[in-house]
Amino acid sequence: MRERLALSRPTEASSGKTGSWRTFRPVVDREVCNACGLCAQYCPDGVIDEDLNIDLNYCKGCGICANECPKQAIAMVREER
Amino acid sequence: MPGTECLRYVLKAAGPDSVLVVPACCTSVIQGIYPGTAMNVPVYNIAFAAAAACASGMSNAFCALGKETNVIVYAGDGGTVDIGIQALSGAFERGTNFLYICYDNEAYGNTGMQRSGSTPLGARTTTTPGGKPTGKKDLDRIVEAHNPPYMATACSAYPLDLYKKVKKALSIEGPKFIHILAPCPPGWRYPTEKTVEMGKLAVKTGTWILYEREYGKLTISGPSKAAMKRPAPLSDYINGQGRFKNLSPEVMDEMRQQVERNIQRLSREEAGVC
Repeated sequence: MRERLALSRPTEASSGKTGSWRTFRPVVDREVCNACGLCAQYCPDGVIDEDLNIDLNYCKGCGICANECPKQAIAMVREER
Repeated sequence: MPGTECLRYVLKAAGPDSVLVVPACCTSVIQGIYPGTAMNVPVYNIAFAAAAACASGMSNAFCALGKETNVIVYAGDGGTVDIGIQALSGAFERGTNFLYICYDNEAYGNTGMQRSGSTPLGARTTTTPGGKPTGKKDLDRIVEAHNPPYMATACSAYPLDLYKKVKKALSIEGPKFIHILAPCPPGWRYPTEKTVEMGKLAVKTGTWILYEREYGKLTISGPSKAAMKRPAPLSDYINGQGRFKNLSPEVMDEMRQQVERNIQRLSREEAGVC
């Protein structure tokens, strides 16, 4: 695996899995994605890993990744609960 | 939270042999409850006014023990510009070997957006509902007057620039200062997803200028160089934020002039004119 930024990852704390706070879920279109990694760089919660998979257990759905994606490969979809 | 975006890169640049001193600010919320902490480095939580003084003592103690641990103060703008400024000034005067980082969201965000000395002209907060009548305190020039070996400004929208500046600061002996602009969605009243966009707009319009100063020598950082030659219209930055709603044309004009004055002052200094 290519060495990229080694960043911390979120883990479960007193408030549990914070992904339950989410209203909109990021959905990545792998066909369009060119793996530039900007989403991982800007993600405030650090939930996007080296292979650009989004950890939905901790993603709070802020939408920064979708807004910053130069290819518009990420769509924010309303969570159905 | 704006603090987390910068904190990840600051700690990544600082490495494991670091100690954080955190006064009351948004980071004291995410840091967790004693004896646990969310960071993988020791964190010392301290009163608003005492952060830099505490770091001074810590830095001297590490020096006496022969350790080279990085002492980093991570404070918000309230804890730096208003309440913590005398301890900050004292620590810089003593020449403490530490890094002071102020992440600036231009108000007391943790308690519900009250105005701070760092709130810009015209911005609405819960304590200035009609817009702040006075301008932002120029903290960088106050710190600059202490002649520190290194000081810089950064923005959470440019993480690589921030990372390099923290790395460079920690390689220098003596008191260092980094001022980070950290846009805050609930306080500035814009949608969360525009956080990085707002930070970039602040730099592109010239409202926030990225530079570093090593032993007094000014260097404008890459992203700001182009922005200072041809700044984007200030309205791009202002119209996106609810805190600048219904600005009067006079205030808008005054803001535009402030930005121009700042750009001129810094570009003249870099060119060696003044």
